[in-house]
Amino acid sequence: MYSEKVMDHFSNPRNVGEIEDANGVGQVGNAKCGDIMKMYLKIEDNIIVDAKFKTFGCGAAVATSSMATELVKGKTVEEAMKITNKAVAEALDGLPPAKMHCSNLAEEAIAAALEDYRRKNGQAPDESVDCNGCCNSCYHSHGREEDFDDED
Amino acid sequence: MGNRVIYLDHAATTYVKPEVFETMKPYFCEQFGNASSIYTLGRESKKAVEEAREKVARALGAQAREIYFTGSGSEADNWAIKGIASANKKKGNHIITSAIEHPAIMNSCKYLESEGFEVTYLPVDSDGVVSLEDLKKAVKDTTILISIMFANNEIGTIQHIKEIGAFAREKGIYFHTDAVQAIGNVAIDVEKMNIDLLSLSSHKFYGPKGVGALYVRKGVKISSFIHGGAQERGKRASTENLPGIIGLGKAIELAVENMDSYNTKLLDLREKTIEGLMAKVPYIRLNGHRTNRLPGNVNISFQYIEGESLLLMLDMIGVCGSSGSACSSGSLDPSHVLMAIGLPHEIAHGSLRLTFGEENTQEDVDFLLEEIPKIVSKLRDMSPLYEAIKNKK
Repeated sequence: MYSEKVMDHFSNPRNVGEIEDANGVGQVGNAKCGDIMKMYLKIEDNIIVDAKFKTFGCGAAVATSSMATELVKGKTVEEAMKITNKAVAEALDGLPPAKMHCSNLAEEAIAAALEDYRRKNGQAPDESVDCNGCCNSCYHSHGREEDFDDED
Repeated sequence: MGNRVIYLDHAATTYVKPEVFETMKPYFCEQFGNASSIYTLGRESKKAVEEAREKVARALGAQAREIYFTGSGSEADNWAIKGIASANKKKGNHIITSAIEHPAIMNSCKYLESEGFEVTYLPVDSDGVVSLEDLKKAVKDTTILISIMFANNEIGTIQHIKEIGAFAREKGIYFHTDAVQAIGNVAIDVEKMNIDLLSLSSHKFYGPKGVGALYVRKGVKISSFIHGGAQERGKRASTENLPGIIGLGKAIELAVENMDSYNTKLLDLREKTIEGLMAKVPYIRLNGHRTNRLPGNVNISFQYIEGESLLLMLDMIGVCGSSGSACSSGSLDPSHVLMAIGLPHEIAHGSLRLTFGEENTQEDVDFLLEEIPKIVSKLRDMSPLYEAIKNKK
């Protein structure tokens, strides 16, 4: 049911771990629902120079986390904010329909980590957007592009 | 390792034993007559079906005329619940079952609720056992059926069937048990255990898929399930699944013959696996009763990791298991059985069921005890939940 790419990223996940001096950290999901994704970003001069993750979840959750860290590395904060769940799923050659919510989790984890970074730099409101609900349960866009439209 | 597959999902299904397959073979191409036909070819089929019926009856301590062949265990469950409800609705509309039944029972009961029946779902304790006291309290004047599974498919817990049966008999309420997982693992005598109806399924004890049976004690009022011809005493029409029925007969005969040695072997593998994992892996719990469980059933929750990931990693080393996590079931909620024994969601998500069978060996257990701790560590190292626990210490 999983593509070869999903199985590859599941069995050899890239960028597992923590970044000690990360300046953007976001955690989304809930143990009750069976998946939690925590993403660590190291951002220098607006560029994501390193990304790592820790994930509790199914095969798709691990693979999307792994792919998400790969996708954000080397991108600017603005570029990373534009990474959608669809892009993560496509990069993995697709996900089974029942597992698409896992790609939302990856998008939300990126967004939450970027939000944390912006908050620390006074670029975003001082409220947490880390999501503790089941994925997609909060209808929160976790700092995606549209949230920032009226800020500038 | 290499291409070796260690199959540990015998509660899902078993392979067909070669000697069972051998007895089935002639009934495909040569001995294919319709058991209802008058000529010799048909009469021989009829004879073979009746011989198989005898074998099933002997295995249960029943009479042959009390055995009805069905297309599956699920069909037998559906028939028992709906057939008793429909034939006895003038007597009452209340059914008692448990919170840990197979979906075939659960969803048949839900259906009957939509048709105006009232269903009580008895809770279970943390071991998965139904309390006789709870059952006694749940009975009403309108209760027409008690259906409690013999042994649970997920956690392996065996119920106090004889006591439940005795109580039901005393009250004059029909007692059905879904014994799909119990056949070949637990000695069953429908007379001594006061069982009125019992479901079984061939592919759980090395018989073919697509065939099961319902035992209905003589005198029990039950509606026909499939209306049509006169097969199965007019209760379940359909041209007999000849090879399937022959295979079921042979498989149940072997299962009962070999039960003692089979149990001894499975019990040994189960205990070594449970003891070994408990000793080697921290933050785990055994689900189901510690001793009063199916001889081949191991069900363990590994905290801080998720079941589907565990299954995928096991699959990579050739081990076939199953899990009660939401991700492996396709729904958002973990198994209703694990919820019923009181597991928090996050612990239910990390469950692993391994069910041993005929071809498993001590080497398989050694391999598991070597590999599972490594896999669990790998997944825990990846888990933010485990990280949080480590940081607290």
